[in-house]
Amino acid sequence: MTDTTVTPVSAKPAKSILEIDARTKKRNAAEKRFKAYGIAAICVGLFFLVALLWAIIQNGTPAFTQTYVTLDVELLEEKLDKTGERDIEAIKKVSTFGYKPLIQNALVDATEGMETEIEDKNLAKLLSDSAAAQIRDYVIANPDQIGETVEFTVLASSRVDGYLKGRVTREDLARDKNLSPDHLDLIDQMVEDGSVERIFNWAFITGADASEKRPESAGIGVSMIGSFFMMLVVLILALPIGVAASIYLEEFAPQNRFTDLIEVNISNLAAVPSIVFGILGLAVFIQFAHLPQSAPIVGGLTLTLMTLPTIVISTRASLKAVPPSIRDAALGVGASKMQTVFHHVLPLAMPGILTGTIIGLAQALGETAPLLLIGMVGFIASNYPEGVASGFLDPNSAMPAQIYEWAKRADPAYYERAWGGIIVLLVFLLTMNIIAIILRRRFERRW
Amino acid sequence: MPNTILILIVLALGVIGFVLGRQRAMASAGGNSRNLHSLPSYYGYNVACATTLPAMGLLILWLLVQPLIINSSVSGLVSDQASEEGASLDLIMSDVRRVADGLDTAVETGVLTEEEVEALDAEQDDIRDLLAGVGFALGSDVTPSTLEAAKSYRAMNEVGDTWKSVFVIATALTGLLVSWRMTNKDFRARNVVEQGVLAILIFAASIAILTTLGIVLSLIFNTMEFFRLYPASEFFFGLSWNPSFSGRGGGSELGILPLLWGTLYISLIALIVAVPIGLFAAIYLSEYASKPVRSVAKPLLEVLAGIPTIVYGLFALLTVGPLLVEVFGQKGFLGVDWMSGGTAVMTAGLVMGIMLIPFVSSLSDDIINAVPQSMRDGSLGLGATHSETVRQVILPAALPGIVGAILLAASRAIGETMIVVLGAGAAARLSMNPFEAMTTVTAKIVSQLTGDSDFSSPEALVAFALGITLFVITLGLNIFALYIVRKYREQYE
Amino acid sequence: MEDLAYMDRQMSTEQDIKISAKNVQVYYADNHAIKDVNVDIADKTVTAFIGPSGCGKSTFLRCINRMNDTIDVCRVEGAIKIDGEDIYDKRVDPVQLRAKVGMVFQKPNPFPKSIYDNVAYGPRIHGLAKNRAELDDIVEKALRRGAIWDEVKDRLDAPGTGLSGGQQQRLCIARAVATEPQVLLMDEPCSALDPIATAQVEELIDELRQNYSVVIVTHSMQQAARVSQKTAFFHLGNLVEYDDTDKIFTNPEDERTESYISGRIG
Repeated sequence: MTDTTVTPVSAKPAKSILEIDARTKKRNAAEKRFKAYGIAAICVGLFFLVALLWAIIQNGTPAFTQTYVTLDVELLEEKLDKTGERDIEAIKKVSTFGYKPLIQNALVDATEGMETEIEDKNLAKLLSDSAAAQIRDYVIANPDQIGETVEFTVLASSRVDGYLKGRVTREDLARDKNLSPDHLDLIDQMVEDGSVERIFNWAFITGADASEKRPESAGIGVSMIGSFFMMLVVLILALPIGVAASIYLEEFAPQNRFTDLIEVNISNLAAVPSIVFGILGLAVFIQFAHLPQSAPIVGGLTLTLMTLPTIVISTRASLKAVPPSIRDAALGVGASKMQTVFHHVLPLAMPGILTGTIIGLAQALGETAPLLLIGMVGFIASNYPEGVASGFLDPNSAMPAQIYEWAKRADPAYYERAWGGIIVLLVFLLTMNIIAIILRRRFERRW
Repeated sequence: MPNTILILIVLALGVIGFVLGRQRAMASAGGNSRNLHSLPSYYGYNVACATTLPAMGLLILWLLVQPLIINSSVSGLVSDQASEEGASLDLIMSDVRRVADGLDTAVETGVLTEEEVEALDAEQDDIRDLLAGVGFALGSDVTPSTLEAAKSYRAMNEVGDTWKSVFVIATALTGLLVSWRMTNKDFRARNVVEQGVLAILIFAASIAILTTLGIVLSLIFNTMEFFRLYPASEFFFGLSWNPSFSGRGGGSELGILPLLWGTLYISLIALIVAVPIGLFAAIYLSEYASKPVRSVAKPLLEVLAGIPTIVYGLFALLTVGPLLVEVFGQKGFLGVDWMSGGTAVMTAGLVMGIMLIPFVSSLSDDIINAVPQSMRDGSLGLGATHSETVRQVILPAALPGIVGAILLAASRAIGETMIVVLGAGAAARLSMNPFEAMTTVTAKIVSQLTGDSDFSSPEALVAFALGITLFVITLGLNIFALYIVRKYREQYE
Repeated sequence: MEDLAYMDRQMSTEQDIKISAKNVQVYYADNHAIKDVNVDIADKTVTAFIGPSGCGKSTFLRCINRMNDTIDVCRVEGAIKIDGEDIYDKRVDPVQLRAKVGMVFQKPNPFPKSIYDNVAYGPRIHGLAKNRAELDDIVEKALRRGAIWDEVKDRLDAPGTGLSGGQQQRLCIARAVATEPQVLLMDEPCSALDPIATAQVEELIDELRQNYSVVIVTHSMQQAARVSQKTAFFHLGNLVEYDDTDKIFTNPEDERTESYISGRIG
């Protein structure tokens, strides 16, 4: 009491609040700086996002077009079917090597009248090695066409393709024994002529991987199927197990050591590095259970274990969001606890559960590291699975593993494929996320 | 009998059980379901479950145990050969299995009859050629003991399979009969079925424990195997990582320290990039940004978190690496010649930092938002500017939570694989230069375990020792971080 | 005792006008929260704002030190003058204004720092102390004025959050006083406190009147009657009646005020 009366307040003259003093100015400047740091941080983050997307689009879009050469090939009878009996077995005996002269002739015809110093035998370097195989397949399917002249659209070699896309320059070719600058001059003339053109590359999206030397014919289609089968395994296993585990933990689990143990395990598994799941998959499914290496079912099982915690966490959140009044209402009319959960709580939580599952699947779809350990790389995914069972059990690749595989190959033409593969992968992820967002918007309930 | 058919039979018995159980219940209630304790279908489910579940459980158990028993008895047959040739038992056993599989296929496709298989003689018949004919390529010729082992392997499997079918179907029938007899109108079918469902739920929840157990056991067993072949002290304290590529025999130096150093160095750079950017972004978003800005910028930043790591790896390898060389390389923009190749600690660290930005920012955002509004009001009411409020009141209040978030980010960085596999290089080095290529624990796990299916050499087994180290470090960080974050949240609840 | 109170009231009416509000309107987005409020608040007086929940009394209080600026959708029109200066003038920095107009909140909100740092926070950011000794002095004075010095002088380094609710609120008052404001705004300062702590804080408010113009929002009519000399009754965003406290409580002019006082509405 005495203190307050002894010391009079506002000893100094009252400052006008209309004048800003020096200290406040300094403080306001600090305030502005601080805010600018924040804006700068956001901008840097967004810049990285833009840079990343730009790199993907810039480098990846060329993979969706491919250079093709249109040729009129005369299917000479004396080369393909010496007997003239159209015996399919005999025709099959002619290897792709036997088709080389036909292609060479066709190229000589096509470039007739163009200025070039290339010897005839080197002309075929313009084309992909797959050209001969393509023509052979056609002849085997249509033996009656032998002797006719048929128009083919065949793949150009990856260097020609790279030249038209600006990836390969004349300087690059100085040290390249596969293609010379003269070839490029010829290509320029053929482009004008219309026999060489870049068209949309369906083969990239639907096709199979190719050997190291033929990047122009590599596609992501087969590994897409591998990914599909893996996701099927994840969906079939992770959704029911995850939902069952969440229902137990959220609705039935008593407060005891065992429940705590499960909870701790789930939250820790969610943060375990994905490569550790790869080790688990390798040791348990391949080393111990002797499941086939590189098979989508092993990948699927491994990714299931990895995705489970994500699904459990999101499922529990949506179960928790169902208000207790719903449970009370059901219990109140005499339903058992189990009936309450399965008839009322679970259907109400379903949209949230599905959203979480889709996001978990999207995560699993993009995951690479565990797949490396169970052998889904280093393997050329060149064949489509023959049926559902072989889809699960036969060796295959997966989209991210395929991208990794391409990134490791030395040819820059494969880098383009890798970026293109990323676009395909991101399109899938984007679609899944949009579905999840729509589900959430559509069924979101406020209690 | 193939397992699929066996499963179908059990399921069919289950369906029959459902119908019978329901009928018996209705009959005992005199056709009036009101006299029953439970709804009629519960009686059906009860019988169906009693039929299928024990049978399926037995089947799974049998499938797990039978190979173990057969393997151990067959490997007794070939262990002499293994010790003679110095080859690993695992390899010979996989040969045996392959030969046995080949013979199975040969019988199925009709190339051989069972009698012909029995009569096969490794000395006289070219079994390798024979099996190649049915699509089984073998790595080497089949020795007599391998063939004998394969034959007994097949015989034991056949016996086992027969008994399996008999026992499984018998279990199903017993279950059906017992539960059917128990069915009457006073039987509390619903409670029993619900107990069964609860058991299934508990089992599903236990899978988390089984997974952890699987991880820990597979890591520990293989690591112990590794330490039998390679001294643990050299692994933990060795300064050099230099595995020999021959696969067999010594000469490998497998010290973890260079790998740990690379891991920590890259993670450190990643955190130096991600923490300031992520933290300031979080502060701006939660404290300053208007609603429209926040609703656009936050999801956009979080897109970075949804991009698969393989994409970041490619970005590091093909975009950031060459870009850094152009700046710090020999003919670079700065002319400093610090960097010779695109793969370097800096490349991987930078890209990993980008990946971690949304991780740090959204965690910090949550934590800053958890600081009560009354704190802000108190500080602003005293005439503090917004930034003074943030720096002197909110951040100190949120500090434990933010530390937890950074630790979680660090654990992410340490466990990240694809970025370092593609962006950091392959050479293990103890160096301070961030522009040099180094490698990490995760990258070496990948390189030691891919391509080779032989898990008996120390060069392959070391990956499990690396794995357990990684697992322990990240687990420790996570538990500690989660503990801090939880304590922090409790403070404001 | 009655004489004393009477003299106080006499004094207060004679005193200078500290805060003067003219035609103040406040909008939350489309919601018209404060409708045309005119009020003159005297210096060295306790003025109480009473009224039912949602009547706008807290909103108006927060206008006086521009705390409403922190709410995006809030818009203030009209003029509020402190010492004749319009606080909504463009030249005014709210930071400087708030140093002059302190505020105590409904819930005690000590910072998660030591007791000393809580009180020193304001003087530090405003640069009121040249050195440590001066700061110590300011802190001690503020804690004495907050009537909590004796309870905490031995544990100034202990965290402020460890005090009891009533102590926390007195610490917050000391914290607000430490920046040497001229006006002290209190937004239901006792609503989170038990009766004993409330009595202590009320006693403190009565002492603070000697140095400051105190404006207190309360929903307890008894509290308004106990601590204030002037009372303003708000209803649905309107200032219904503003007069000496005993007049409001004994002989209100407006029938809405009377209904509220007698408990028929509210």
